[in-house]
Amino acid sequence: MSLDLSPMDEARRQIEICNACRYCEGFCSVFPAMTRQKAFADGDLTQLANLCHNCRGCYYACQYTAPHEFALNIPAVLAEVRVESWERLARPQAVARLFQTHGVAMAGLLVIVLAWFFWALTAFRPEAGAGFYAHLGHNTLVAIFVPAFLTPLALIALSVRDYWREVGGGRVRLSHIVSAFGSAARMKNLSGGHGEGCNFEKGDRFSDRRRVFHQLMMYGFLLCFASTASGTVMHYALGWEAPYPLFSLPKLLGLPGGLMMVVGAAGLMWLKLKADPALGAARVWGGEMAFVLLLGVVALTGLGLYAATGTALVGPMLAVHLATVMVLFLLMPFSKMVHGFFRLAALIAEAGKPAPAGGGE
Amino acid sequence: MKDWPDTFDLAVVGGGNAALCAAITAAEAGASVLILEGAPVPYRGGNSRHTRNFRCMHKQPMFPLTGSYDEDEYLDDLMLVTKGRTDEGLARLAIRSSEECLPWMQAHGVRFQPSLSGTLSLSRTNAFFLGGGKALVNAYYNTAADLGIKIAYEAQVRHVHREADRITHLEVEIAGHPVTVKARAFVLASGGFQADLDWLARAWGPAARNFLIRGTPYNRGVVLRDMLDQGAESVGDPTQCHAVAIDGRAPKYDGGIVTRLDCVPFSIVLNRDGDRFYDEGEDVWPKRYAIWGRLVAAQPDQVGYALIDAKSIDLFMPSVFPPVKSDTIEGLAVQMGLDPQATRRTVDTFNAACRPGPFHSTTLDGLRTEGLNVPKTNWARPLDTAPFYGYQLRPGVTFTYLGLKVDARAQVHSAEGPIQNLWAAGEIMAGSILGQGYLAGFGMTIGTVFGRIAGKEAATHVA
Repeated sequence: MSLDLSPMDEARRQIEICNACRYCEGFCSVFPAMTRQKAFADGDLTQLANLCHNCRGCYYACQYTAPHEFALNIPAVLAEVRVESWERLARPQAVARLFQTHGVAMAGLLVIVLAWFFWALTAFRPEAGAGFYAHLGHNTLVAIFVPAFLTPLALIALSVRDYWREVGGGRVRLSHIVSAFGSAARMKNLSGGHGEGCNFEKGDRFSDRRRVFHQLMMYGFLLCFASTASGTVMHYALGWEAPYPLFSLPKLLGLPGGLMMVVGAAGLMWLKLKADPALGAARVWGGEMAFVLLLGVVALTGLGLYAATGTALVGPMLAVHLATVMVLFLLMPFSKMVHGFFRLAALIAEAGKPAPAGGGE
Repeated sequence: MKDWPDTFDLAVVGGGNAALCAAITAAEAGASVLILEGAPVPYRGGNSRHTRNFRCMHKQPMFPLTGSYDEDEYLDDLMLVTKGRTDEGLARLAIRSSEECLPWMQAHGVRFQPSLSGTLSLSRTNAFFLGGGKALVNAYYNTAADLGIKIAYEAQVRHVHREADRITHLEVEIAGHPVTVKARAFVLASGGFQADLDWLARAWGPAARNFLIRGTPYNRGVVLRDMLDQGAESVGDPTQCHAVAIDGRAPKYDGGIVTRLDCVPFSIVLNRDGDRFYDEGEDVWPKRYAIWGRLVAAQPDQVGYALIDAKSIDLFMPSVFPPVKSDTIEGLAVQMGLDPQATRRTVDTFNAACRPGPFHSTTLDGLRTEGLNVPKTNWARPLDTAPFYGYQLRPGVTFTYLGLKVDARAQVHSAEGPIQNLWAAGEIMAGSILGQGYLAGFGMTIGTVFGRIAGKEAATHVA
């Protein structure tokens, strides 16, 4: 990769070469999207970068990787542009910049501070209340977590709106959303175009591991989210308060969800250690690793909390679990967590564009 | 090399498609196999790295091919481009065998996709590799490794040692160290000589030094020369190479597919002196791109200049480098190193010879000039809309025709008869079938079919 050019200009140089070849068209959504134009504005490159899932198939198939003088490394340059677009569009910028330079320290420190905070809160615990509500009042929890969840979401919504303007996204139809969610649900762009997976951790051999571990993580996270949501409904609508027995919706969703997240996190970290860092955004490797670790810890402490039911460990476990969950939420606009939102936006925007026509030869 | 046996059953010279097909076939039949690839790992695979499809006969639709493509139609297409300069028996063998190759390729890791954008005309006849030729090469190397085939990179074969009607061993330089490789059978699949500019210059004339080589710099024909010197029978015109007109700014070697330019039908093409020299609109581009290498090669300094105006710039596939651009014809000429007055005169003469009429970029629209010595017979529109764009054209050599003559069992012959334990596959013998011209995807067909035949024959020989 050229050191003289900004990531955006380097991406433009590489994509213009790439667009004259097109051998990789079948791998993923990036290459058909590329054929729509000959010249690439910054917004076009941002959109291509967010369509790219870093499967790396195009790198191993490429005739023009170094030592060839064209020195293409499309997965890496798109990863750079992608990460830069998230950083640029994040708000508030002051916090985003702090996170970019000190993200891991920030997350670690916040977990510790918040764990102490939650631990301290238990001093004001209600007289009544069963299970963990005996440690921390339900209303206190809601009063803290609702804003801590909604504020980051609102900030992300603003970022995605800016993204939409930058990439020239059009009018959204239901079919575009269905198509985008369909792609995400199957991780179509990590299938390699032939269904045998990507080239993430095994060089030029195909492997479905990354897709499998990612989906364990994603669906695990969604199950845990559904578990919390079902608990909320049961609490307010049905007046049925925690703790819930094993055969209840929150547990039936949360237990497998938590296990899936733990396995997913462990798997994703293992693959990341095996994968070639030069084919991704090397600059944020550590931050991405810490993010996966955080997700794993959220799930692990959640499971630990359940395992500790009825013991003296519930108090400290609860404090640590709540702290990690809260950090995950609070740092959402600045961490790798935004990838889901931007990717969905990119897939929806792509679905709304005219079908790539291709050129004549 | 420490774990190498003293003698291999089969040594394969070369590391592209044909070599890999031969090695895999022989290893699956139980032979111990060594692949000697001249290039280092990043450049392994010879010209197969740059390919993208496989021309395949088929009686009914089979993924990724549509419709049907029978033996006679395939042969007709071949006869058209070679003008009959082919061995019909071998050609029919290659064509007939291509059908069973497609599932074989898939079973050995090659993945296909529907034809690429811009190549819809080939969706019936050509199966496109998902990711292109390098992805195919990677798949075969993985299959070879899984079969226990030994692979030596940077292994330059210097001499094929022949005693009477047998090959005894190879003299090889592996990463700079001389090594003697003994085997009971040998397959030569080391390509043509197009990367040896001295050889090209001897065959074609000094102009060849200005040619660009589209493919691997490793096909220098060392083994081919060695075999010819030892009296192996040859085939194909030794003075000819297949060349197309490519972007003059392309690298000297290995520029591959991206350096092609599809702008000619919508341009006027000038030589160094600012004169047009051939009908740019003679036929649709897929039928004409192959002659332009030769046309440009025949011009002074082996260079051409395609000029286009704003009306036509988006009518063809994007180029790897942006075109030269100017608001005036004179400005464009100066930037491209042409004489501005001569260029202006040629453009004015051309523009004056254009006639109004409907323009259709994708069909022969018959929009032709009148009264020019060098007419343009389709898509002739005046260059009158700024900005103006220009591309420099140079001949880009794809492959050479001279090769080893083989029989239907891929066996190499000397004047005294067949060499008992020597076979050849791929570009090194393609001249047996492709005496002239080129048919898209047919090089990979020859390599796959004859690679598999050579591997099978060699394995049978040593069994």
